[in-house]
Amino acid sequence: MPDGTVMIFLNGGSVAVAAGSTVAAAMLNAGQPCRISVTGEARTALCGMGICFECRALIDGRAHRRSCQVVVRDGMIVETQR
Amino acid sequence: MKNLDVVIIGAGIVGCACARELSLAGLRVGVVEGKSPGCGATAAGMGHLVVMDDSPAQLALTHYSRSVWSELMAELPGSVEYEACGTIWVAADEEEMAEVHNKSRICAAAGVQASVLGPAELSKAEPHLRGGLAGGLLVPDDGVVYPPAAADFFLQEAVQAGAELLQGSEAVFASQGMVRLANGTKLTAGRILLAAGADCSLLPGLPIRRRKGHLLITDRYPGFVNHQLVELGYLKSAHSTESDSVAFNVQPRRTGQLLIGSSRQFDNDDSRAETKIVGQMLERALAYMPGLGQLSGLRLWTGFRAATPDKLPLIGPAGALTGEVADPSLWLVAGFEGLGITNAPGAARLLADQMLSRTSVIDPQPFLPNRFAAQEAVYA
Amino acid sequence: MSHYEVIVVGAGPAGIAAATAAARSGSRVLLLDENPAPGGQIWRVGRSMLKGQSEGEAAKNHALKRLRDSGASFLFGYSVYDAPAAGELRAICESGEAADCPVWGEPHAVSLRYEKLILATGARERFLPFPGWTLPGVFGPGGLQALVKGGFDVKGKRIVVAGSGPLLLAVAAHLRGYGAEVVCVAEQAPLAQMLPFAISLWSHPAKILQGIQYRAALGSAPFHLGCWPVAALADIAGGKLTGVQLTDGRRTWTEDCDLVACGYHLVPNTELASLLGCAIEHGLVKVDEEQRTSVAHVYCAGEPTGIGGLDAALVQGEIAGLASAGKPTRSLQGRRVAERKFARRLEAAFRIRPELRSLAQPDTLVCRCEDVTYAALEKRSGWTDAKLQTRCGMGPCQGRICSAALETLFGWKQISVRPPLMPVPVSALVYSESQPVNLKENQ
Repeated sequence: MPDGTVMIFLNGGSVAVAAGSTVAAAMLNAGQPCRISVTGEARTALCGMGICFECRALIDGRAHRRSCQVVVRDGMIVETQR
Repeated sequence: MKNLDVVIIGAGIVGCACARELSLAGLRVGVVEGKSPGCGATAAGMGHLVVMDDSPAQLALTHYSRSVWSELMAELPGSVEYEACGTIWVAADEEEMAEVHNKSRICAAAGVQASVLGPAELSKAEPHLRGGLAGGLLVPDDGVVYPPAAADFFLQEAVQAGAELLQGSEAVFASQGMVRLANGTKLTAGRILLAAGADCSLLPGLPIRRRKGHLLITDRYPGFVNHQLVELGYLKSAHSTESDSVAFNVQPRRTGQLLIGSSRQFDNDDSRAETKIVGQMLERALAYMPGLGQLSGLRLWTGFRAATPDKLPLIGPAGALTGEVADPSLWLVAGFEGLGITNAPGAARLLADQMLSRTSVIDPQPFLPNRFAAQEAVYA
Repeated sequence: MSHYEVIVVGAGPAGIAAATAAARSGSRVLLLDENPAPGGQIWRVGRSMLKGQSEGEAAKNHALKRLRDSGASFLFGYSVYDAPAAGELRAICESGEAADCPVWGEPHAVSLRYEKLILATGARERFLPFPGWTLPGVFGPGGLQALVKGGFDVKGKRIVVAGSGPLLLAVAAHLRGYGAEVVCVAEQAPLAQMLPFAISLWSHPAKILQGIQYRAALGSAPFHLGCWPVAALADIAGGKLTGVQLTDGRRTWTEDCDLVACGYHLVPNTELASLLGCAIEHGLVKVDEEQRTSVAHVYCAGEPTGIGGLDAALVQGEIAGLASAGKPTRSLQGRRVAERKFARRLEAAFRIRPELRSLAQPDTLVCRCEDVTYAALEKRSGWTDAKLQTRCGMGPCQGRICSAALETLFGWKQISVRPPLMPVPVSALVYSESQPVNLKENQ
C-alpha cells in the first residue's frame, strides 16, 4: 500500500489525503457530500462497492464518476456532483 | 357484460388521447390495456413534438397536432416535462443546406415559424456540435414531452370524464361490436377503436409493418444540448422504406439527460438491443457530436414503430380493411410510425370529429383507412 | 479479441476457487473482476490494513497463492457490461487506470471470448428504506467497512451497526479494530428465529469460533436481538446525523451516534446471469450439482446460487472450475450438500420480519437515484408502471438498490435486465472490431 499523503483540490480547497485512499473516503473525511440529489439532498457513499452510485462526483472534469472506485492522486480536482 | 359507446383497445398515448377526446364529448368509453398504460411505443419513443413536411398531409397533421399540444400546455402537469426547446435540422454540407432553404420556404408557406442558421449561428446555438457543419434550420415552436406521463395525463382526464380503464387482461377478440378479453370479460360497444400501434393481432390484414428503433439515455448533463437536434440526412434515411438506417438525433430532457438515436429496421421482431446497429447509430451521433462519447450512457432500449406504406396514419372507420365480412363497428387510429407522440392529440380530434360528425380543422381524407382498400382489392 | 477456454467473472472466494481449479486442470483461464485486486467483498484488500485484522487472513493468503501459481490470467479493474453474442463478453475499465489499459486515464473497453463461462458475481447488501436512511452518515455495514478500508477514518466515531445477517458482528468487530466506538449492534431477527441456526453451527466449529471472536472483539457494546432502527435522526439544520431511533417492538429509544451502518443481509447479483438467459428461481440462479446453469457452457458459483457465505463459495467455485474442465467433482459433493443446508438455515435465521415493511413513511425516499417517495410508489400498479410514471429504478444504479426494497415492500419482482449492465461511456457502446487486449499474464 502506498505511504505518505497526496494533495487534492476538494470543492476549491486543498486537502491532504492519505495515499491509496478512495476519493469517497477523502470526501467523507473532509465532511463534503459526494453529490446533491435531484431534489437537493446532500448524499455520500452508501454501498462502498460501486453499485449504488450515491458517491458520484465530478473528478478531474469528468462528471458522474463513482468516487468509491477511484483512488486519489496528487493534484486531483474533485467537486461535489450537482 | 358491459355496454359502452366506444371500446378503445390500447392505452398508448394515441388510445389515451382518443379516450380523453371522446369522454369529454360525452361518450361512454372503455380503454383496454393488457399491460400498463403507455408501456409500448409510447415509452420507447423520444417524445419529440415536431412539424414534419415530408408530404402536405403530414405537414398539415403535425402542424395541427402541435397546435393542439400548445393549447393543452397550460393544463399539462409538471410530470409531462414539456419543453419548448425547438428543433434544429442540422445540415452537414451545401447539398443539405439547399434542403434547409427548401424546408424554410415550405414552413413559411404553411405558417410554421422557422429560421435558417449559418455555420456560426449553429455552433453558437449548439457548441458541442462538431465544427465544419454547413448550418441548419431552427423550428422554435417544436418541443419535447415525456410521453408516458403525457399518456397518463390524457387517461386521467378521460377517467375523470367517466371513462373506464380495464387493465391487466389483453383483448383477444374484437369484431361486430364485441370485445373479449383474455380473462373472459366481454364488452359490447357501438364502436371498437383499435389503437394498438404496431400490434395487428386483432386485425392481421392491416397495412402496418413493425419498424424497430433503438434509443440510449444518458445521465444528467444540463446544458450540454439545448435543442432537439436532427440531421437533415434523417429525411433520407427515414424515407428509405427497405434498408436499415441510422441518423443523428439527440434530445435534451428537462432532467438534463440526453436521448440519443435513432435507428430504423424493418421486419425485425427481436426486441433485444442489437450490437451492430447500436454501434452504427452511436458512431453517427459521435460524428456530429464527439463529446457525447464521454457521457455516461444509462440505458438502451428498443421499440416498434407502426409504419404504413405511405407513411401516413390510419384514422377512421376500418371499412373494407376488416376483411371479407364488413364490420362497421371497427375503427382505427394507428400507423403513426415515428410521429405518434406529436400526432396523438390531433389524431384524437380528427377521430372524434368523424365519430361525432363534426367538421375537422384539417382535411381528414388523406388519413382514412379506406385509402388502402382499393390496393388490397388488387392483391386479392 | 482475446479468447479463453474459461472466463471467470468475479474474483471473490468463489471466483478464485473456480479459476484456480480450472487452470490447475489445464484450461486457459481468465479471471476478471471490477476491483483492482482479487478478494471480492469479504477478502477486500484495504489501505493500511493492520496485520491480523482481516478475517481469515491465512485462508485468503493461501487461496491467493494457489491462484497465482495456477497459471490463470487476470483482468482486474474491468466490469462486464454486455454479452453481445454467445461466447462473448464486453468489459470496461472506466477509470482507464487498470494495469491493462493502453492509455492511462482513458476508459478502455474490451471484447472477450470464452468457451465456458463461470459466474461468481457475488452479492450486495439489501437496503430497506426508513426515515433518514438517505442522510450522509448512513451506510450499509459492508459499505462502511469497504469505505474504511478505502481510507475513511472512523477513529473515535460512535457507530450503531444494525440490520440483519452475519456481517453485522464482523463489521462491528472490524470498525472497533479501526478505532471506532461501536455503540451497539442491532439484529432484527429475534432469538427464537436465530436459535436453530446457532445450534446448527455445532457442526461448523470454525464458524462458531469466528462468531465468538467477533463477539469478543465487540467488547462491552451490547448486541440486541429482535431490534431494528426506525429512523435516523439529524440536527435541526437537517444535515448532520445525531442518532438513531431503535425499537424492539415494545419500546423505542434513541442512541446518539455519528454514523449508522444498516443493511439487511444480502441480495445476490444475478444481473449478468439474467442477461445471458440463465433460469432464475426465487431470485437465485438455478444450478445443478456441478454448478451448471440452464444455459449451456455457463456455470455459476457462490452467492448468486444462494447466500451461503465463504465456505459455500469456495466449494462451489472449485466444483464449477473442475466441471468446466471436465474433471470429476465427486469428492466435493459432500461438502457442497452440507454448505447448501447451512445456506438454507442462514436464510431462515435472518428472515426479514414484517414490521420492516412499514418503516417507510409517505415522504421517505425509496429510489435514491431519482428521489422517488414511498407515497408516489404506493399508487402504482407494478414495476413497469412505477418506472414509467415515477422514474423509480431509472437512475444510474438501474434499480440495483431499490428493487430489493420494492420486492420486500410491495412484492414487485425486478423485470428484464438489459445491456449495458451498468452505466458506461457512450463510446463503449460503439462495438467496432476491438483490438486484442494485451493482457499482462500472471501479474
